[in-house]
Amino acid sequence: MIPSPTHLLIAPILIPLAAGALLLMFDERERRLKDTITTVACAAMLAVSILLLGRAHTGGPGGDGSVYVYLLGNWPSPIAINLVLDRLSSMMLVLTAVLALPSFIFATARWEKAGTHFHSLFLFMLMGLNGAFLTGDLFNLFVFFEVLLAASYGLVLHGSGAARVKWGMHYIVINLAASLLFLIGVAMIYSETGTLNMAQLAVLMGQLDTQSRPIAEAGAAILGVAFMIKAGIWPLNFWLPNAYAAAVAPVAAIFAIMTKVGIYVLLRLTLLFFGIKAGGSNGFGAELLFLAGLLTILFGAIGVLASQALGRLAGYSVLISSGTLLAAVGFAEDGVTAGALFYLVTSTISISALFMLIELIERGQDPAANVLAVTLEAFGEDSEIEEINENEVGLAIPETLVVLGISFGICTLLLAGLPPLSAFLAKFAMLSAMFDPEASGIRSSAWWLASFLIFSGFASLIAMSRAGIRSFWAPLEGVVPRVLLVEIAPVAALLLVTVGLTVAAGPAMRFMDATAGDLHKPNAYIDAVLNAVQAAPGPRGGIR
Amino acid sequence: MELLLSLAIGILVASGVWLLLRPRTYQVIMGLSLLSYAVNLFIFATGRLYIGGPPVVEKGIEINPANYADPVPQALVLTAIVISFATTALFLVVLLASRGITGTDHVDGREPER
Repeated sequence: MIPSPTHLLIAPILIPLAAGALLLMFDERERRLKDTITTVACAAMLAVSILLLGRAHTGGPGGDGSVYVYLLGNWPSPIAINLVLDRLSSMMLVLTAVLALPSFIFATARWEKAGTHFHSLFLFMLMGLNGAFLTGDLFNLFVFFEVLLAASYGLVLHGSGAARVKWGMHYIVINLAASLLFLIGVAMIYSETGTLNMAQLAVLMGQLDTQSRPIAEAGAAILGVAFMIKAGIWPLNFWLPNAYAAAVAPVAAIFAIMTKVGIYVLLRLTLLFFGIKAGGSNGFGAELLFLAGLLTILFGAIGVLASQALGRLAGYSVLISSGTLLAAVGFAEDGVTAGALFYLVTSTISISALFMLIELIERGQDPAANVLAVTLEAFGEDSEIEEINENEVGLAIPETLVVLGISFGICTLLLAGLPPLSAFLAKFAMLSAMFDPEASGIRSSAWWLASFLIFSGFASLIAMSRAGIRSFWAPLEGVVPRVLLVEIAPVAALLLVTVGLTVAAGPAMRFMDATAGDLHKPNAYIDAVLNAVQAAPGPRGGIR
Repeated sequence: MELLLSLAIGILVASGVWLLLRPRTYQVIMGLSLLSYAVNLFIFATGRLYIGGPPVVEKGIEINPANYADPVPQALVLTAIVISFATTALFLVVLLASRGITGTDHVDGREPER
């Protein structure tokens, strides 16, 4: 049944755990060794996740995808705590690994030296992320969330300094409070259904009587609030732009996927608990998610327009991306979900690249310069500044600036969702699914989502162009940042991935369509988990 | 017993939320601790309240589940206690770092202007 080796499924959790624990043994001075081990671990994670993705997409009978279940401790299902691999979780695993490797390589240039235990914290966070994507059990989801959060608390403080400690503390308090909400929600759901297995919950949610249904729904709503805090949904997101802007660049780059964990869980749980199997609870909370998504897009769009520093601009772009995804989750339609998944991948990669790029651009610049630039714009140009700029005309643009400028331009295209890159294709896929002429009719919410999508893209375009003009065409100081190859290569690699996604948009979109189909009709997922077969005893009495 | 337990949870949550909204880091950490105690009691209560009911069944004998307490919430509480203990310790370190760097125990890192 299950292709061997079955145990590969747990590798994305074990690889970073083992590597992270191993690195604790070494002193900070043995940097080269630590770098090598971490790079190898990240590369191994990438290889394993791609293998798992292929298996989830084309494995199984008939080659049309399959759901793999790993019963921890070989207890019978559904009692066993399980790991479940389907298309969505394998996609998230690949995305994590794709972000992890460049972020880490970027960090090797200088940022890992800014504090202690960077490697281990980084790897433990990856372990938490992978675990959260793989687990099929609500309480284990909490545990993996705590693992990734605990590591992220360390990472956000990496490099220390007043700003990081201040915003990091806010980040920690908010997330601790959110974790408590998470526990309350889980406990309420458990009290009414008596299980924490997501697949079993999906079945039981539809069978609740009128007395227990409201309590389970309230539990799910509290759980939803906890995930919305983590996803950075308005009005629970005031901590996010500051914390992300304060974190060091490679950390911010990997944090780009942190908000997506919240979105991932919301997507998976709403469609499992309140999908087609839910009976009376079908579609519970969808309007609210949709509305919260729209408001987040609006807040993020205002934020990018108002941002004076590049770091905050990127932070607000995270919010736009989260809001768009949440609104798509609330919209709850196969085609839109497929487009949203494509958007999730491209926007996460582009924001991650942007965070690293910003650090390179701002290097050697006075952080106050950007603030000054926007303020100048607001109050009219100063003639003195014009004069300085004219003197700059005669200088040839050095190569570093060309590379940075082109990368920044690509990021702009990606964030604004302009053609020809993948973000445009993703938004187009969402829009075309909303206004499908073959569908029964166009919902009024489609007009809202479409206008917000286009508006947020426009706002990003304005903000990014303004920032780009200020950084590359009219720098107040003519300082050219010194950029190492290992720093620009990760950015380029991430941007190349989006170019690759654009070229391979057909297969990618087919994969997303299949994923969305699985999510909206979770029968295969539920059946696979509930009917999971225990591993047979091996010849010597052990487990094969 | 139900009344007593719900009162205890309610008072802990109320004090915890109030402290969480205070501007001093020490108050915030106390608030988080009280809230986590309340949540732990709440999780424990979701297994329903039993007196003298063991959570572990014996092997090989006929069992009536009504005589046993639900073991899952107890396991969950144990995990939650450990995790909240660890995060509180971690937050204490950040609190001290913030106090050392900014010279104030205000959550914003500076005293409000009066």
